[in-house]
Order: sequence, then structure tokens, then C-alpha cells
Amino acid sequence: MEVEKVAKEKEEKQTEKEKRETKEVQTAEIKPESIPQKSPKKIKTVQCKVMLLDGTEYSCDLEKRAKGQVLFDKVCEHLNLLEKDYFGLLFYENSDQKNWLDSSKEIKRQIRSLPWIFTFNVKFYPPDPSQLTEDITRYFLCLQLRQDIASGRLPCSFVTHALLGSYTLQAELGDHDPEEHRSDYISEFQFAPNQTQEMEEKVAELHKTHRGLTPAQADSQFLENAKRLSMYGVDLHHAKDSEGVDIMLGVCANGLLIYKDRLRINRFAWPKILKISYKRSNFYIKVRPAELEQFESTIGFKLPNHRAAKRLWKVCVEHHTFFRLVSPEQPPKAKFLTLGSKFRYSGRTQAQTRQASNLIDRPAPYFERTSSKRVSRSLDGAPMGISDQSLLRDFPATGGQAAGDKIIDIEAAGQAKLREGGREEDGSPVKTPQLELTQDGKVESEEEEAQQKSNSLRVDGENIYVRHSNLMLEDLDKTQDDLLKHQASISELKRNFMESTPEPRPNEWEKRRITPLSLQTQGRHATRAEGPCTGVSDADKSSHETLDIVEEKKQAEVGIEETLVVDETNKGKMQVATDAGETCKVEHLSKKDSSSLPSDSSSSSSSSESEDEEVGEYQPHHRGIEEVIREEQEEEEDMKRKEHEEKIQHVETTPEGSKLNVPVEHTQVTAEDFVQENAVTIATEEKNLSEEIKQDLGEEKEEEQLKLNGDVSHVDIDVAPQIICCSEPPVVKTEMVTISDATQRTEISTKEVPIVQTETKTITYESPQFDGSAGGNAGVLLSAQTITSESISTTTTTHITKMVKGGVSETRIEKRIVITGDADIDHDEALAQAIKEAKEQHPDMSVTRVVVHKETELAEEDEE
Amino acid sequence: MAGLGGGSAAFGRCTHAVVRALPESLCRQALRRAPGPEVDFARAEREHQLYVGVLRGKLGLQVLELPADESLPDCAFVEDAAVVCEETALVTRPGAPSRRKEVEAMKRVLESLNLNIVEMIDENATLDGGDVLFTGREFFVGLSRRTNQRGAEILADTFKDYAVSTVPVHDALHLKSFCSMAGPNLIAIGSSEAAQKALKTMQQMSDHRYDKLTVPDDAAANCIYLNIPSKGHVLLHRAPEEYPESAKVFEKLKDHMLIPIANTELDKVDGSLTCCSVLINKTSEL
Repeated sequence: MEVEKVAKEKEEKQTEKEKRETKEVQTAEIKPESIPQKSPKKIKTVQCKVMLLDGTEYSCDLEKRAKGQVLFDKVCEHLNLLEKDYFGLLFYENSDQKNWLDSSKEIKRQIRSLPWIFTFNVKFYPPDPSQLTEDITRYFLCLQLRQDIASGRLPCSFVTHALLGSYTLQAELGDHDPEEHRSDYISEFQFAPNQTQEMEEKVAELHKTHRGLTPAQADSQFLENAKRLSMYGVDLHHAKDSEGVDIMLGVCANGLLIYKDRLRINRFAWPKILKISYKRSNFYIKVRPAELEQFESTIGFKLPNHRAAKRLWKVCVEHHTFFRLVSPEQPPKAKFLTLGSKFRYSGRTQAQTRQASNLIDRPAPYFERTSSKRVSRSLDGAPMGISDQSLLRDFPATGGQAAGDKIIDIEAAGQAKLREGGREEDGSPVKTPQLELTQDGKVESEEEEAQQKSNSLRVDGENIYVRHSNLMLEDLDKTQDDLLKHQASISELKRNFMESTPEPRPNEWEKRRITPLSLQTQGRHATRAEGPCTGVSDADKSSHETLDIVEEKKQAEVGIEETLVVDETNKGKMQVATDAGETCKVEHLSKKDSSSLPSDSSSSSSSSESEDEEVGEYQPHHRGIEEVIREEQEEEEDMKRKEHEEKIQHVETTPEGSKLNVPVEHTQVTAEDFVQENAVTIATEEKNLSEEIKQDLGEEKEEEQLKLNGDVSHVDIDVAPQIICCSEPPVVKTEMVTISDATQRTEISTKEVPIVQTETKTITYESPQFDGSAGGNAGVLLSAQTITSESISTTTTTHITKMVKGGVSETRIEKRIVITGDADIDHDEALAQAIKEAKEQHPDMSVTRVVVHKETELAEEDEE
Repeated sequence: MAGLGGGSAAFGRCTHAVVRALPESLCRQALRRAPGPEVDFARAEREHQLYVGVLRGKLGLQVLELPADESLPDCAFVEDAAVVCEETALVTRPGAPSRRKEVEAMKRVLESLNLNIVEMIDENATLDGGDVLFTGREFFVGLSRRTNQRGAEILADTFKDYAVSTVPVHDALHLKSFCSMAGPNLIAIGSSEAAQKALKTMQQMSDHRYDKLTVPDDAAANCIYLNIPSKGHVLLHRAPEEYPESAKVFEKLKDHMLIPIANTELDKVDGSLTCCSVLINKTSEL
């Protein structure tokens, strides 16, 4: 569904506390687990081996069902490491493919049949190691970097190799001693992948210049230099671009880097990325439009295989969370179904770990460096190379060395963000944080404008990780075919693949359940400015598919649709079929082409994958949306929406008169007989005005528009329970296809096609009630008419509205076609036909939105 | 020895400069993007001598002046023949075939300075130093008619410590035809569409945020920043007589010692201020 970009600093701040608390709770839960572990109760245990950074091996027995956290904690305890959040455990599959052990999951479920052998490594390279609190932490970081450098993973020049090598010698051996350090004392160390005599000589020469540096100081110097290397902390992944050219994707603290050979050919800072998703072996990022662009674009990369795509996605989610967020997002808990990957980074963020580190109050621990034990040669890249030496345990010793440089990180949190934000755009300080409420293809031009004009809408830095999942399909055997077909048809429309489905959030879900249906719907309707017509199906209906096609000229609009409200009273078992990731942007519809859209990717959604994590998406910032909206509203004083404030939150607000409301209330098909029902809504909008006026108005409007998609809803739900936009209802499966981004004039906006499948008594509402829209509009409604025609299996409702707002008249046509049938309806064809007709009928208008809504009754299978 | 990159404090440090005398053949045979007025050789020489005089006399650099070679009309534009960063020098393979031999003399002089020399010998690679912008933190390499991807790759392999990002260059000879560093963290940039577009690209590609100094004239955006121990920030920029509006912008840089230098003649054959020297910072004899 539509995900909204919701990352807002504000939200974060507000929710910060809350999240932290939660976090604590989590850890609390975890600890108890680890304690029992220590005293093996004759439970089945497995022996685990962990290769440490100094080349030694740590082994222990773990209960078979132990989670990753247990092992990680043991290792850190063994290492006497407190600032452990920068580290992680890796396990390898197929030699080359490294996977981070997820602390929150059982080990055995992650490594499957692989041996329980791990390596302890730095997972998040701190951009500024001097901010680490303890020397011992820096020491382990140094060990990691020595490995990285010696193996060639971290390239550096001859001079740098020599310099870093000399600091290593100083740290390990102390001052150069002409007596003891004869010619070849150095060769036992490896400083570079291909170390030459010349280099060793230089290392030795430089070593002499470091006289007097303590090991800790030498480590610090080493890190100060290493951190400036361009590939420091960059996690590289092989991929191909849309043209099949080999490239590398590098994930780092600041974002995603794209390399071709050794050249950086593009870079996407986290604030620039709206969504991260993967599907099969494809990995996608959706990025904000550049300053002068109007479209968002989605860029796809081909990874070697599905697992690689997923790995990359996870690494991105983790890095984004660790470096950009104040606190991690709670992992979604799917109660009913599994929707794609539920993966979330569960550890502490950098901000949190820094805070925690400030509380460390112990004498600097003593630890023995590997020095005399030349581990070096074994470090070349093969982490497995173990040397027999064991790390002496570190005991908290008295003074410890050079503990003096404890650095307190004063500005823990938000800082990283601010810094980042500041970096983007030209010299001028970054614009105020903008919030982008709209996620899927809907971020239209308005947004852009809004961006430029008003500050408020987007918050920098919010990202959404999108998960595409085909899950649930399993539960719906019967309908699967239909879904697939449907998807296929949609794919024809798309050029771009986008995102999709929101993740089920337990809370919201719960709230939803609690909230009376009527309330919910009301809220929704009211809020949704441009809601598609509503089709309500009774529980009796079996299947129901709605296509909403909105055509609009001039502005792209933001559409939200897809809210599904499920009536839970009916039964406890609801199956929601969300089709995940099916949102695609079809750019071809738009007159303008945005450049980089991975084309066919989207189309492929059809095949259902057995693996539930086939696709993934993630929306990191949920909360706060509401806040943002409110803020905005305040800013726009004339907006009438204030009245609706509360309701609006989840909804997409469309300030423009025209869009607002074309609420065509469509009816619901109540026929109980129907097995299948398809509804297609086509809305067309046309605005006529003088160009200048358009512009001005447009801008204004754009500023005002906020679009919230269904996804967002979950977020807000906490606040305003009554409104539910759920795209990810447990019971509903939604699929959206975004056909394109909208632009200011012309062009197409977004289309989303939600598919809802419900079990029996599921009711799907889409949109609008008139008042809601009216409230939002500042314009004057000139005329509105609704025409309905029916045939045996289809009902077509056309709703035409003309609005005048500030001298601009807009015509918007929304068509809703409801197709009902017993069995197989060719959805593709229906959709194609609907769009085609719409175009033919209104050649001068453009299609701005298509929504496909489908409902199938599952009851047959499950209950009867 | 200074650490990696040396941080911004070391940016612009310079002890030596390599320049090359103007050949008379420059007037008629030097490459130029568009036909234009003929070069007044005498005046060109005077301007060049003034330029060299500033580097040597005013700034105290050790200037190594190569003799002119009449068979190489563009030889005075030494910047294109080598990229020097810290102790490493990359001897390029210029994009214009007529200029390939210019590197021979350059290589010799660099060797005399005991730099680590890397030669670009790949026949598929071309790179003009004028397309290479080093900011102190990273490199940007313009992909132009003179510089190709392969050339940029070799540069990246040569200077492994730094990120090397490519920037498409259109409507200009070189990347530095419309930009240059005017301070440790300051990019001087022209106002043309091509310049602004390139700047956007650079900003997007960088993890670092640079300040920018926008000047009305692209050619004036090519200036030379130096950090001279006794003088602090020094900036050689185009004279007010040539680009009065741009000069006014430079004059706002209060912390810089400004040295206007006229370059009217070489400008006719696409020569800019940075073109005429290769600046080197020898910090040690290691």
C-alpha cells in the first residue's frame, strides 16, 4: 500500500521516549533467556565456535533453540566489550555469502544446516571512532580494519598502507627499539594485500616517528586515518544495473553508494531514499525527486539471487536504522499471516549506544593486544583462519592505559541527522525538514513544490522500507489464480515497480478491532479527500474487485485508496491477503518520463513464492505523521481542514478543490449471490485555467496537499483510533499499483490498485463521503453528476464533478465499475478495458489513478 | 608525514610548481573549441611570465619550468599531463592525440621530485588533468571529450584512499573549465547551466558538503587556491579587467589574499589559470 514517508524528526523526538522504553523492555526479555543458558540444564545443546578478531577462537555450548542474542552476549562478555552495538556475528553460506546473525531470532532457524561457526566482526563502522567511549572498543575496531586492509576489502594507497602499518606496530610493539626490532621484525605482520619490501621499509621508518605513543593513542591515530578512507565502512554487494552492467552497491552510514569498477557513479544519501524494497532477486530504491525534477524515481538493481537481494535489503534496513534513527522501529508482529519479511533491526541505534556508552563507568579494562602473537598473516581476508592463541580474558584492571581520552558524546541523537540533512543541497543549508506523507508513486509534483515552498512536508531522512510479499496467497488457494492474473494485468500498466504493502502492525490491528466499524469508516470517508467510491460488500459476497482509475489533467494527484476495513465481528479467522508489493508506478502513462525506472520489474509480481520473505519492505517512521499533518495545517490557515484535523491524519488530504472530492459514493453491491465482484473506478480530472493562474494555484495547492496513504494509517492509529486506514489489515490483502508519479501539470499520477481479499464478511470501504471532501475544499462545487449504467455483470458509475477554486475550474471524473461474477473474471482484461474506455471517452484528460479492488470470499474453503 | 589527506588544514599546501614555456606554435596550432581571435603571442608571454612570477616570487614556490616544444603547441597547459596528489603522481594519457607527447617531459620532471609515478599506459584510457578536481577529500573526474571512463578508473586505482566520482561534462572543454577549489572546503563554480548541473552532480555524489562560490563567468570560476604558510589563504583569480563581475565576488573573500591575474591570451585557446601549472606539495623525502 502506500507507504507514506513519514520520517519526521519531530515524531521521532516525541516517540523517542516511548521507543526507548520499549527497547528496554525488550532487552529485559532477552536477558532472562541468556541466564538460563549459562547453566545447561541438560537441554539439548550445540557447540558453537566464534572466530574472534584477534584470530582466536571462542567456543561455547548453546541450547539448541537459543537466539542470536545469547551467543552474541556471551562473546561480548568474553571479550569484555561493552560498546557492542557496533559489532555482530557473521555466518557464511557458500563461503562467500555472509549473513549477519539476527539477535532476535533463533540461531538454528537462521543458519539452517550450516555448522554453528561464526565470526565476530564490526557491523557498523562508527564514522567517528574517537567518539567511542572505551579504548577496548577502538581496539577491536582496529583489528577489524587491519583485516579489512590486509584482505584488500578496504583499499588504500601505498603511503596509507605504510602509515597505518606503522601505527599498528606502535600499538602492538611499542616504541621502535633498534636492538630488538631488526630488519625483518615487520614481515610477520601483514599490512597490505601485496606487501613489498619497500613498504615494510617505509613502515619501519614511520614506526620510528611514533615514539612515545601509547597503544591506545596509536590505535586512535590509526583510526583517524582509516576513517577517512573512502571505502571505510562501506559494505559492498555485487549487482547489475538495469542494463545488465556490473556494478557494486555499497551500504554505509550515509546511504547507498553505486560503483562501477572503482568509480563512484551515484550516491543516494538516506534522506534521499524513500523506500527500499526487494523482490526476488531485484532490489529497488525509490528516491526523492532531485531539486529540479518532478518525479520520484525508482531504481532497480539486479542481484545475483534472491538471497543476495534480501541480504542487501536487510543491511540497508539495519544501516539506516542504526545511523539515522534515534530508536529502532518495532519489528512487526504478524499475527495471522506472514507478510513478507518482518525483519527489522532490533539492536540499539548509534544514538542509543552512544547514550548508553556515556553511562559506562568502569576503569578502563586491561586487555592484551595480539602483539607478540603475530596473528597478522592469518588475517588476510579469511576470517576463518584461526590461530591457536587464545585471547586472554580481559579483566577490569586498575588504571588501564590512556583511558584519559574518554570522549563524551554530547549530542547523541539527532545529530547525525542534522548533519546529514545539511549536507544535501547546495551550499544553502538544507531546507527545513520536509515530510513526505505520500509514499507510493504518489508523491507528486505537488510535493515537490511543497518542498520548495513550504518547509513542512517532508522530513528529511525518513525512509520506508518496503516489503513486497506475496504471502498470504498460500492461504487463499482458490483465489490465487485470480490474484495472479490480476497482478499480471497490472503489470502491463506498470513501468515501475514500487512498493507496497504495509506491514501488519499489531497495535493498529488491535485498535481496529476495537473500534466500531462505523466509526472507522466514517473517519475515513471524511478524511479522504479524494476517495474513490466506496463499495461495500456484504459479508456474503464472495469476491469483489474494484478498479479505480482516476484521470486527471494537470496535477498529479495523490491518491489514497485502499483502505480496507474489515468487519471482524464476523469471524475470528480472517485472512488477509495482502498482496504485497504490488504497487507499481507506471510511468509510461505519464507524458513525462522520468528517467530511471526499472521497467519490468514490477510486472513480475505474479508468481507466488513460497518463501515468505521473498519480498520485503519496510517503513521506518510511522509515527509522527499525524503531527506533521497538524503542523501543516496550521501553516495553511485557510485550509478548512482544520475541522477535520483529527480525521485527517490518516487520510490523504487534498487541499485542492478539485481533487477533493469527487466522492462518488458508490454503492455497494449487496448481492449475496455474487461470487465475484469487480469494481473499477475511473476518475478523470481536468482543469482549465490560464497558465499563470494554474501555476500559482497549483503551487499553493501543492503545498497544502498531504497525502497519506493507507499505510500511514497504522502509524497514526495510536493517536486517532477511529480512523483506520489500513492497508495492512490482518484480514485484508491489498495490492496497489502505482502507475506513475504525478507532476504538476499533465501527467499522471498515481495509481494504486488495492486488492482486498477477505474472508466472508469483509467489508471494504473506499473513500468518501461528501462532507469530508467538501470540508477540505476551498473551491466551489459547480456541478456534480452521477451516471450509473448496469449490465448483467457490471455496474458502472460515473461521477463528474466540476469545481471552481480561485478561478480555476477543474473537472474530475471518477468511474467505478463493479464487476461481479461467479468465478473467473479476466481481470486483466477488465482493467485494460476500463482504462481504454476512459481514455477514449475523455481523450483530453489523463488517467490519474487506477484502483483495483478485489474481494473474494474465502469462507467457502475455510469454513464450509 | 601528514596523515591521510591531512584534513582541511593541509589542503592547498604547496612547495613546488611545474610550468612550461609557451611555444610560438601555440598561436596558430593550439587546439581550440571554437575559432576566435588570434593569440597575441607577446602579450601571452607577458601574462604567463607574470603568472610564473607570482608563483615563484610572491608565493615562494620552487618553480620548475620546462622548455617550450614547438612541436607541441599545447604544451604550456601542463595541468593536463599529470595529476599529483600528495606523494603520488599520475602521468596521464591526454585525450587529444596531438598532446600525448607532452607527458614525456612531465614525467621526467616529476621523477626528479621523487614522487611515486604511475603512468597511464592503457591505450583505451584518456584523461586530461583539467578534468580532475581534487577537493582535499575526494576526486571528481569530468567525463568529457578528453577524458573517458577508463581514464577515471585508472585515476581511482592510483589514488585509492579517495573516493573518485565521475561527473559528465557537456558544453565545456574540461570539468575545471567552470569550477575549481577556492578554499579548503569551497568550490568556485560558474553560473552556466552546464556548470550548475555539474555542481549538482558533485553535491549528490559527495558525502561531504562543500560551500560554493558562484561567479557569473564560467572561466572566472577557474582559480588557484594555495595555502602558503606565511601568507595563509591565497587565491589567484582572473583579473577584474577580464571579468569584473566575477572579480567582485572574489573580493568578498575576506580571508583570502587575492591575486588577480590576467589570462586574456591563453583564454583564447581554452587555457585557464589552473591549466598552466602542476602544483606539488613535497612534505618529505620518504
